[in-house]
Amino acid sequence: MRNAFADELTKLGDEEPRVVMLAGDIGNRLFDNFKARHPSRFFNCGVAEANMMGVAAGMAMNGLRPVAYTITPFVTTRCLEQIRTDVCYHEAPVTIVAVGAGLSYSGLGPTHHACEDISFLRSIPNMVVICPGDAFEVRAALRAAMQQDRPVYIRMGKKGEPVVHAGPIENFRIGKAIPVSEGKDVCLLSTGNMLPEAIEAAHKLKEKGISAQVVSFHTVKPLDEAFLKDAFGRFTLVATIEEHSLIGGFGAAVSEWLADTQMGSQNFVRFGTPDAFFKKSGEQEYAREMLGLSAHQIADKIVRALRRDR
Amino acid sequence: MNVAVRKPASQADADALKGRAAQLRGKIIDMSHAAQAAHLASSLSCADILTAAYWHVLSVNPERPDDPLRDRFILSKGHAAAALYAVLAMKGYFPIEELDTFCKDGCRLAEHPPANLLPGVEAATGSLGHGLPLGCGMALSGRIKGETFRVFALLSDGENNEGSVWEAAMFAAAQKLDNVCVVVDYNKWQATARSNETLMLAPLRDKWAAFGWDAHEIDGHDIGALAEAMQRVPNGSGKPVALIAHTVKGKGVSFMEDDNNWHYRAPTAEEVVKAHKELGLA
Repeated sequence: MRNAFADELTKLGDEEPRVVMLAGDIGNRLFDNFKARHPSRFFNCGVAEANMMGVAAGMAMNGLRPVAYTITPFVTTRCLEQIRTDVCYHEAPVTIVAVGAGLSYSGLGPTHHACEDISFLRSIPNMVVICPGDAFEVRAALRAAMQQDRPVYIRMGKKGEPVVHAGPIENFRIGKAIPVSEGKDVCLLSTGNMLPEAIEAAHKLKEKGISAQVVSFHTVKPLDEAFLKDAFGRFTLVATIEEHSLIGGFGAAVSEWLADTQMGSQNFVRFGTPDAFFKKSGEQEYAREMLGLSAHQIADKIVRALRRDR
Repeated sequence: MNVAVRKPASQADADALKGRAAQLRGKIIDMSHAAQAAHLASSLSCADILTAAYWHVLSVNPERPDDPLRDRFILSKGHAAAALYAVLAMKGYFPIEELDTFCKDGCRLAEHPPANLLPGVEAATGSLGHGLPLGCGMALSGRIKGETFRVFALLSDGENNEGSVWEAAMFAAAQKLDNVCVVVDYNKWQATARSNETLMLAPLRDKWAAFGWDAHEIDGHDIGALAEAMQRVPNGSGKPVALIAHTVKGKGVSFMEDDNNWHYRAPTAEEVVKAHKELGLA
């Protein structure tokens, strides 16, 4: 995802003179093309994220379209007050791009995990929260963010994730979920980097005779309420899947929506990380397995939920 | 002590500015009394800095508050909002009568300056340590867009406790933002204690200089000297400019000066009369 981000940003930089790139001393060589083409619009802000976010807000307040980028916890929780007060309160069109969503950097330990950021950022007024499901969604989300006149948060995985979409997404819209496969029994609503895992879970369900639709629910705020309404009306079971805490994340947002619309939640299952730091060493795949987020575990839990239902 | 002492253009100018500052202090005291709002002493301590900035330095036009080429003045010590509101009203950004609504239900003049609500307010402040990063962003955006405005940020001394101030200080120096000027209202108090007994600021000028700024100490109640020093920005040093303005908290009213109770206290009607008399306004 991150290479797609850097490439798309360079293109946007060519097209749009207001685009400015701010990095928190990260992305060694990643932005070489952008720097070469737009040296006056690239700033390494150092390991000083509070300042970086304030600078981005100041630029946006004066008509520019800054992108502020570093590893997820540092570009969200580290400078949360700057995001809230400088960016969101001023409605400054800053695009915050995070790399390393959820457990992408599992091996680096909990200092580098990010399983709370959606919760924090979606509670701030004026903020849009987008979790792209693959590299093409990153490109489309970045482009869509630049067309907004408001703050946007884009939560990316890392690099080398499987690409889900066949090519560039022509009709990407913020707040509009994208079905990536059809199904009739179960609806798997995936946000962010869990999309390949959700697709794999659907394959496993198919082997068991269960037809599952997979949806890239890339925008957590604002929610695609029309899609939710249809899905909860149509499917025996709806599941949310995210690499984020069950507290305050995508599943929580859908739960809130269910409570507010009084749709009931009998046919609803949530997949996410528990209320605990994942302290053990291990890469993303291992962490997912330990936390019940790998495809076969998702499929098994869905099967159990369907049995309970019947 | 490296004090930049400058004489104002003429004695008549100096007297006019002093009169203006006294009027400003009178307004601030009236507002504090009417609203029973805190931060009176913090507002009085920066009254001369604001007077110098708005009547002698800033290239701003109240008729065109969104002029892209205007100088930016950020009240980073947002708790001195009463002082900023009074200045903006006196300058004509909004009717002077609106000052009577300070802190009233539904008014625009909240206890800290709001975002995108009141003409002349460049940034919503109140949480400390935000004004300078915002100002650096504004200054850089000006450089990118080829706009040659200047950015002034007024910080409190307590605000220098915030790490984001020093992040921004290093950033501004690295980017050679010589059109950025920080004025520190160094009144030696923060909310509940002497600032240097809370976190050690001294030697404050040396700290800013060590962070790559062209830093000077200055008498924060000498309007002429303040105006000169601020007017010289950018001053040819190639560095951002820090003016460590020595001030007295509660300045202008004998029974408020250097008494930190007035960080939170609001004056009674009798105290307002007494204060006005001392300011020569009665």
